[in-house]
This record gives sequence, structure tokens and C-alpha cells, in this order.
Amino acid sequence: MSSRAPAHLTLGPLLFHWPAHKRRDFYLRIADEAPIDTVYLGEVVCSKREPFFEPYLDEVAERLRSAGKTVVFSTLALVTSKREVAAIHERAASGWLLEANDVACVQILERAPHVVGPYINVVNEGARDFLVSRGAIRIALPVELPATSIRAIAATASSTSIEVHAFGRQPLSVAMRCYHARSHNLTKDHCQLVCSLDADGLTATTVDGMDVLTINGTQTLSHGYGVLFAELASLRDAGVTYFRLSPHDIDMVRVAEIYRDVLDGKQNASDALQALRPVAGYVPFINGFVHGREGMSWV
Amino acid sequence: MSAGYLELVCPAGTPAALRAAVDAGADAVYCGFRDRTNARNYPGLNFEFEELTEGVSYAHERGCKVLVAINTFPLAGNAGVWHRAVDQAAAAQADAVILADIGLLDYAARRHPELRRHLSVQASAANAPSIAFYRDRFDVKRVVLPRVLSVADVKALISETAIETEVFAFGSVGPMSEGRCFLSSYFTGVSPTSEGACAPASHVAYLNQGGRVLSKLGQVTLNTVAPGEAAAYPTPCKGRYVTHGRASYLFEEPVGLNAIRILPELKEAGVTALKIEGRQRSRAYVTQVVGTFRRALDALARGETATEPLEELQLDAEGGRETLGAYRKGWR
Repeated sequence: MSSRAPAHLTLGPLLFHWPAHKRRDFYLRIADEAPIDTVYLGEVVCSKREPFFEPYLDEVAERLRSAGKTVVFSTLALVTSKREVAAIHERAASGWLLEANDVACVQILERAPHVVGPYINVVNEGARDFLVSRGAIRIALPVELPATSIRAIAATASSTSIEVHAFGRQPLSVAMRCYHARSHNLTKDHCQLVCSLDADGLTATTVDGMDVLTINGTQTLSHGYGVLFAELASLRDAGVTYFRLSPHDIDMVRVAEIYRDVLDGKQNASDALQALRPVAGYVPFINGFVHGREGMSWV
Repeated sequence: MSAGYLELVCPAGTPAALRAAVDAGADAVYCGFRDRTNARNYPGLNFEFEELTEGVSYAHERGCKVLVAINTFPLAGNAGVWHRAVDQAAAAQADAVILADIGLLDYAARRHPELRRHLSVQASAANAPSIAFYRDRFDVKRVVLPRVLSVADVKALISETAIETEVFAFGSVGPMSEGRCFLSSYFTGVSPTSEGACAPASHVAYLNQGGRVLSKLGQVTLNTVAPGEAAAYPTPCKGRYVTHGRASYLFEEPVGLNAIRILPELKEAGVTALKIEGRQRSRAYVTQVVGTFRRALDALARGETATEPLEELQLDAEGGRETLGAYRKGWR
């Protein structure tokens, strides 16, 4: 254990469209109470949501920084309009550390230091090395990768840090089309922001009654919460140093405390699972991807 | 080829389909090796090296190009298979390789700078800076645009990036940002991005239940249809899901893309090439669809509008119904 590099806990970008005041209060509590090192702000899913939180962004970032946390600004996973491109230019010029979730952001940043987010396919050493040469200081790997790939990428990643998704619904796809709007017989251009009705996403069930996916605007997520506990030690041994918790409408401070305790060796994996269960409500846990299995499975 | 010429790029899942596409008037055919290095890694499809070499000769003798799709993402610690595929495409005198992975593009640009590089739709480059990234870093000459853009979007991208573009004209509709969709592996454990098969047949099952046909992918029921009801191949995005107590085609209806009616608009937008999807389809499909598009493009080049009845093409569309997909305003 002692030879391992320190393990950092990060709070990924909030994927859901919460009211701005709720979002602000959430982050202020994270600033005050959560054992989290790095917080990703910014909108990843839909640029139509961006203006709502904008007035609170600087205040929240300042409070997080004052609490000793590093703040990263996450950018859109699918950039298609000139307005969205201009917004990334503007953000890049403002001096924030950005997380690039579309290759557009990597191009805009030239060689400025940045985080490569999980929506850019970095699944091998070749892609890793090229992006490091373009300024990637950390790479958050796609959720689909099995541990064998994570190990191969992390083991020889001498000049960059590797981050993996350790908690929360796993992002499975992004699209131009808004499925939340579609579920209400609306279109993306006239969506009435119906995604705000579901603080943790909208469950999609199979025709024979299995809860299987979660709709979040243009994004599709897993139904279950991805949960890595037993896997953390071997991932750390492989060189992974950042572990991402994806925000949900549950007690995320408590979630962070449980993960911190596991990383610090104060709690074992099975006790951690028991502790997490009541916090997570009825949502099932999944971890199939990291084991090279169906992502929706629990191994 | 003169400016404004719309190049017809056609699928070749097998050597026989390659010859059929060439004979039916393709300007270029695209194909892949018989392994996980391409996104149509289905049993019975694709080319061994010798077959590719013969196919290239057949095509070149008839003035047709051959593009080799090596458009999956190399496995960490095991990129050799993908590197060899690029080497073999170059050795077979292919006219271009179609790539998606940043690491593989880097390899191809350094090792085979003379081998023309196209950007696969699997790279999901849907905006000007992304396209500029691939153009400037890897000297990519052509980008295959994602199926999520409108004609106006396509036109704007062409004017901003000054690069050849290839757009989908016929085949299936992909509502998700391609190359970044993990739905199939979430259901099956088999990754389309690294193993080249979305909804692999080995994980698909059809069950008869009370007179209806139930389609399953892995353990997940994707749809249930009455006999004779239109249904698409059970990929996750073509399934029926329940939200708000109502079952619907949440992601996309069981329809096929057909852009033959908007060829003049695509030409006017400055598109370089039209892609016919369907390496998994039959040789008869290739002959029918390629021939129909060839005649429509020749008519367009002569300044005529296509008069040929297009109903036959509808039968070839996935699910037997067709759509203009994202090209049409309001699709989103």
C-alpha cells in the first residue's frame, strides 16, 4: 500500500438539469463537507441548459477553491453549433482548466494543459500518447474499458494521470436528438426543458418490465449505479490515481466519505457496499464493464 | 473528376459484392479485413489480404477506387493487429484507409504518409474544430460526416473546413454519436468500438410468445412485434422502451435512410461523396441500390431530375420504410 501514489477523489460534472439554486447549494455543501480533491463544473449534455447556472458559476468555483479543491470546467460531449464552439473558445481564453469531451476542445486549446474527458475515445496507448503530446495532463477513460485495457494504458502513462469512473450511472451514448423531449412527444428545438423534471434521469424500461436505461436529455445512461470498491486496489496498483464520483440526487457527501475510507484503507469493500446501499436507495449496482462483461451486470 | 461531381461510394462485404458494386457503377467501394479491425466484423463477411489485392485489381481495371475501413479502436496493449491492417491496405494498393482512432491515425500518418486517410464516421467529427484537428494533425483528406447533421449543418461545415466530405445516402439511421456508443456492450459485453460488431448475432435471439415475436439482445428484450409488423435488426437504438407508461421507439423508428430525393441539395451543399451503407447486405442489394443511385446521379449530372420509380428501393430500406433522417428539419 505504501508504495502507491496518492489516490484522488473527483466529483464529475453534474449530468442532470437541476434548478440553479439546487445546483448551487449542492456545490456549496460539497465545498464545505466532502472529502473530494477535484470538482468538475460545466455542462456536458446540452448547451440549452448552460445559461441557467452561469450566474452562479464564479461564486461556486470560488467557494470550492477556497475549500482547497481544484476546479475543472467540463465542456460539451457533442459540439455541433458555432455558438457552442464559440463558448469553448471563450472559456479557454478565461484561464480555466478545461476537460475536453469532444475533440473540438482539444483543437481549440492548442497545446494548453487540459484534462481529456471520458467522452473522447482514448482506449489505447497510441491515442493516449498523441493527446499527451497535445497537452493532456490527465485522461479520464471511457466507462466501457475493461481492467485489462485500463492497466495497459495506466501502466506506461508516465507523464499523465489516469482517471476512472468509480461511482454513478455510466454514460453510454450521446446524440443530437433529445430522447427526453421525444418521450414527451416534443422535439429538441421545442423541448420545454422537460429534462429538468427528472433530477436523476428518466428510467426507460423494456416492454417486459426490466428497468434498463436512464434517459437524460440527449444522453443515455445506465440504469444501475456503476460502483467500484473491490476493484480499487488493483486499479491503484496499475497506476490509476484519480477516481470519479458522478453526482446524483442522493447524499453525495456520504458517498464521497465511503469512497475516501476505502481508498484510505479504513473500510473494506464489502463494508463499503453495505454502507452505500441505503444511500443509493433502490438503484441496482453494476460493474460489468471493468470486468469485461455486460456493462449492466454485477460481478 | 470535375468540381461538383458526386462520387458514389459503395459497400463491399464480400469479393462478390465488390465486383457487383463496381459493375453497377460505383466510383469507389469500401471494405474491411476479416477481423475486428473494422466496424462490420460479422461472420461470413470481409476480405483476406489476397482477396483485397484481387479486389483492388478488379476495381482499378474498371476505374473504381477501393477504400479500406480500419475503423474500430485498437485494444490497449494489442494494437499490432490494427497496425498490420494499415500496412496490408497500403501493400494491396488501396486508394485510402478509413480510420477513427487517434493512435491509429498517428501510426498511419507516420508510417504510410503517402496512403490517403479518410476519417471514419466512427470518429464522430460533427463540428469544424474537430474536423480541423484530424485534417491538421494527420493530414486527413476526407471526413465521413455523422448521420446526425442536417443539410444546412453539412453545408456550413464544408465552407468552414475546406475538406472533402462524404455523407450517408442510403442505409440504416444511426441516432447516436457513432464510435462513442456503449449500449451494445452494456447489453452484451461485446464492444462495437474494439470488436467491430454492434448487436452481434451470437447474442441475438428471437422467441415466439403468444403469436408475437420477441427479440432479445443478451438478457434484454428489445422489442415484441406482431407477425408482418415492420422491425429492424435488434440493435439497442432500434428497440422499443417504456417511458411514462408508454412503449415507443424511444431512439429511432424501424426505418432506413434514403437521401435519393435530396441529391441536388447535397450536391449544392458541396458534398464530395455519397456513401451507401450495407456491407452486411446481399449482393443483390448492392446491385439494386448502387444501380439506382448511379442512374440518379447520371441524371443529375445531365441536369435532369430522376424520373425512375423509387418504390423498389423502399423494399431495400431497413424495416421496409424510409426516412431522410437528420437531413430533414425537425428530426432532432
